Order: sequence, then C-alpha cells, then structure tokens
Amino acid sequence: MMNKTDYQYNFAFLDENTKREIRRCIIKAVCIPGFQVPFASRELPIFFGWGTGGLQITLSVIGKETVLKVIDQGDDDSVNAVNLKRLIISTTNIKTTEDTKEADIIQSRHRITEDSLTEEQIYIFQVPLPEPLRKVEPKEIETRRMHGEKDYGKMYVKLYEDILHHGEITIGADYPALVNERYIIATSPIPRWDVPRLNLSENLFLFGAGRERKIYAVPPYTKVEPLSLEDYPFRKEDFSGKECGICGSRDSYLNELPSEDDNGKSYVCSDSFYCRTNKLKSKDGT
Amino acid sequence: MGYIGVKGGKDAITNSEKTVDYYRKKNKDKPVELEQIKNQMRLAVDKVMSEGSLYCPEIAALAVKQAEGDLLEASYLVRAFRSTLPRVGYSIGVKSDEMFIIRRISSSFQDIPGGQILGPSRDYSLRLLDFKLINEEKFNADPPRIENENISNEPDIFKPMEKVIDYLRKESLLEYPVRNNNKKPYDITRDQVNMPLERSARLQRLTRGEEGAILAFGYASMRGWGSVHPTLAEVRVGYMPVKIRHPHWNFEVTIGRITATEVDSICSFKKDTVVSESGEKEIKYNFTLGYGFVFGHNDKKAIAMSILDRTLSEKENNSPVKDQEFVLYHIDGIESQGFISHLKLPHYVTFQSAMDRLRSMKKNVFHEDKELIASYDE
Repeated sequence: MMNKTDYQYNFAFLDENTKREIRRCIIKAVCIPGFQVPFASRELPIFFGWGTGGLQITLSVIGKETVLKVIDQGDDDSVNAVNLKRLIISTTNIKTTEDTKEADIIQSRHRITEDSLTEEQIYIFQVPLPEPLRKVEPKEIETRRMHGEKDYGKMYVKLYEDILHHGEITIGADYPALVNERYIIATSPIPRWDVPRLNLSENLFLFGAGRERKIYAVPPYTKVEPLSLEDYPFRKEDFSGKECGICGSRDSYLNELPSEDDNGKSYVCSDSFYCRTNKLKSKDGT
Repeated sequence: MGYIGVKGGKDAITNSEKTVDYYRKKNKDKPVELEQIKNQMRLAVDKVMSEGSLYCPEIAALAVKQAEGDLLEASYLVRAFRSTLPRVGYSIGVKSDEMFIIRRISSSFQDIPGGQILGPSRDYSLRLLDFKLINEEKFNADPPRIENENISNEPDIFKPMEKVIDYLRKESLLEYPVRNNNKKPYDITRDQVNMPLERSARLQRLTRGEEGAILAFGYASMRGWGSVHPTLAEVRVGYMPVKIRHPHWNFEVTIGRITATEVDSICSFKKDTVVSESGEKEIKYNFTLGYGFVFGHNDKKAIAMSILDRTLSEKENNSPVKDQEFVLYHIDGIESQGFISHLKLPHYVTFQSAMDRLRSMKKNVFHEDKELIASYDE
C-alpha cells in the first residue's frame, strides 16, 4: 500500500454505497418538506463546519455532465467557494460556471443568488446549525419531540420576548420559517432578504448539515412562511437610499465596506455574478 | 465611490499551501521516513489511529508526516481518507482474553492470577529530560532480560488470561452487562445518529474521541461533576487477533492483529430490584462497571473512557458528564476543530444582517433605554 503513490480516489470522492445512502436521505427529505432527516455524515477533506453537509449532497447527486456553481457570501471567487470547487473538480473533472442560469447545481453558503432559479436547478445550502429550536432548547431529544408534536410555543414566546425587550424581533440571518405549514426550519443562515425566495420557488432547495448530520429540503412550489406576529410582520434588511458602488444596483443585497472616504462606508452587491452582469447591462444601456 | 474588494481566490490558496510546504522544507534536511515515524513515534501513530478511527500504522505515519506533527490534523487526514473506503464487512467481536499481553496491571488487588506486568510504561519514570538522546547512535535493541532465577524470561503470557472482573462476577459482586445477543452492534460511521444512543454507539463515539476532551470530561467526573471515582480492576495492553467469518466457508479466519488498550473500571455500587419468576421481589447490590477500549497503547484515554462509559450509563441526569448530548456531541476532535476553525471564514452577509437589526433597534428604542444606547455608542 505504501508504495502506491498514485492513489486514485473514486468519482466524487465518496464511495458509491455512501452516495446511494445519502441520496436515499435526500429523497426522504423531499417527501417530508422541512423535516430534518438524520444521516451518517462522513468526514471529508474539508473541515466540518466549512460546508461538508452541502458538499456531501453535491457529491452524491453530481454526474459527469453536471454543470456546477459554488458561491460563498454570494461570491464565486471567495476562498471557501474556490476551495470547495477545487475538491469537486479534482475528483470529478466536471464543468463549473459562474453563470447562475447555466448551472445545474448551485452550492451556496449564506446566500440565494439574486437571479431567479428554474425547475431544472437544484440549490444546495451548507448549514452549520440545522436546528431552529436550538435558540430556545439546547437538547436534541427535546427539540425532536417539539418538532414531532408541532410544539412550537417556545419559539413564538421568544419572538414575543424580543419585542417586549427590544421593540422588535432581533433575529438577523438564519430567520426561522415554517415549511408546508408543518415544520420550522433554520434558513441556512441566509439573510432575511433571501427568505421569501424559498416560498413557492420553482427549484428544489436542499439543506445539508455535515457536522450535525442532518439533511432537509424545501421542494418546488412549497409554502415557506417566515415566523412573525400579526402586529410585528417579518421585515427584510433595509437598504433604502443605498446602492452598489460597482453596478449601481438598488435592489440587491449589499455588503457594507468600511472605507476612509465616502462618509466612512460604501456598498457593494454580495452576489458577484449578478453585479457583473448588471454592470454590463447598464453600460450597454439595455 | 471607493471600493476595495477583498477576495482570496485560487492563487492565494495555492500560494498559502506552497508556503506550508516551504516551512516543512526550508531547512536543508533529510526527509523523515515513514518507518522512522512508525517505529520511533509509536504513541503519536497510536493516537492518530485511535482518533482517526482507522487501524493502519502506515497511513497514520504518513498523516503525521504530512501534518508536521499536528496530531489532530493528522487524525483528520486519516478520517477523511476513511470516507473513501467502502465498508466490506464486520469482524467477529475481538476477545480480550485472546490478547497477547505486553502490559497488565490491577489496582484493586495486591496480586492477580496471571500476575501483573508493567511492560512498557512511563508511570514510574522520572520526567527528567534525557540529554543523551541529543546524540544517539544507530540502534537495534534487544528486549530487556530479567536477572532473577525465580522469574522466567519466557513468561507464559501466550495462554488466555482470565480477567479480574471474571473473579468479581464469580463472587457475585459485579453487575453483568446488558446483553443484546441477537442485535447487531450499532455502527456510528454508517447508521444515522439518533440520541439517545445505545451503549455500543456511545462506546464508539468515546473511543474515537479527542484524548484531551475525554480526559477533561473524565477528570470533571472525578472532581465531583458526576461522582464516578473508579478503582481499576484491570488495565491491559497487547496484541489481539482480528477475525472474520469466511464469506464462503463460514469458518473463522484471522486477518491481522491490532494493538489495543483495554480498561475495566469498578465503580460505585448500585441497588437493583429484580423480580423473580415466582413474582418475588429481590434486592441486589452490585458494583457497576465502566469499560474503556482504544486502538494502540494509551492508558489514560482508555481509563477516562471507562469513567465516561459509566457516567453515561447512569439513569439520572444530574451532571453535565452524565448527559449524553453534552459529552458525545463535543468530544470528537475532528468535529470540534472544524467548527471552531470555521469562524475564520467570511461572515459578512450574516454580519450585515446583524448590523441591520442592531441599527434598527437603536432607532426605535424606548426612552428608558437611553442609557443603554449610550453604552453601545462608547
């Protein structure tokens, strides 16, 4: 064995039995929208907590003809996105793209692309903490019971207490949402900006949590409602009066950049592909 | 409008990796050979096999070399490699009375049948730096001989050796394990992990746990956060044959051997009420048992594991170390280092969302909170 310096890894790294096992969990997750399906997560050459859940889903569903896009913070060129792509390419040799429309599979950390998605596409999230109820209950056995009995009172009490103490709901990203009127899910964490995109979407959303060993799904055309109280509706991040410093967009999620001029800060689109195409469009005057 | 886009990109990663390689190679030096790591870093290799959860000294030695001696990183390399190997089958359960013993001690009896063998141990060595190791000659040592007529240098350690706990069971002082004869043991690498875990799964999580974490939780239990302070019935280290059932002929075949450390801890007694066939209630007092088993030679991890086996078997849950979720979710070094390290990844999208919340709260804050806001602004 030790003379084998040309060791060959299997297509998409994982062995075939493992991939089949994970695909079965995905099917179960699609059948029960929002339900966290436990799975026997494997160790990958990428750290636990760096996207191994999403990665295991990608590696299990990927084929030789798949075109893949990977983003982190909305950015194709962010270090972690580049690194995940590097592993996938080195073990599959598949084609990658930055074009949202061209991709069959999009793996993402923290964002949904600004461009709309289609029935043909699978959107895969990397999830650090899949349990939305962990905010109010540390024990897994108890949160599983709460999901089983749809006992979500504690969660609404948290929202109420937030309003009592702070005047509004304090949850930023990873805003809890009710799927198919049944299960509350952790929304990856994507910003609140992206949460409405999960609702009645054309594409399939898959969520993979490697370290926590859970897979869940929001199938196409499934109702997803962010939790809210009647007099305190769900609100997205407020970027009113701000625009992207590169493409001038006023309707995309913006990252704030502390800078020495421009009143101390400037803004830029978090979705790098969207920003680039938007800039080209405005140049062309179309 | 000014804009500085900070991106890592492919080149930065590649160059960073080249720099790592440079740091390993920057001094003119002979490469460390895997054989040297395997032979002279025996306990490092053992630790990596244990936490990497794969018994293969050559692979572990390669990982130690690649990780520049960071054993947690090495264990992680081994675990990732493990994910590429299909599960081809299960061995027959190894039996520790078949162990070829190199070390065996008991702290519960002055003498035990079969005798105590210190074997390779640093327990009683003075921790003085040995400066002679700075300039060592090439070596090829023979096993040490004992200069005593009454003691044979060919001890009969080949024969199966009864375990100390067997004696205690004969004396009706020790509980018997709960047997599930017809049930296959859990396989935490292939089965879904659902809390609460049964004992076979708990033991698997423990044996591949990070040594420092196992020690910390075991130690906490002895200091009063769980009240398990055991007496060691036996610590044994040695080589054990691994057997499988032949797929066609159904007889047992030995496919190799592993080095392992096994610990039986005697813990405080418990009271059981047993209902006999005639319906009479009988009260039984027994010692309880904690079990530790790790790949390679590692007394302290196996002992600490035996303590945690016991604390996690207790019915009441009045201490963190008796809480399965608290202990078993947090002892895995591969998982904990990964999640701690992920804090280094960019979080600016979620942080933007958090800033949005804080600014919004500051805007519509109640009047009586003005002081609080003042403190935010400082």
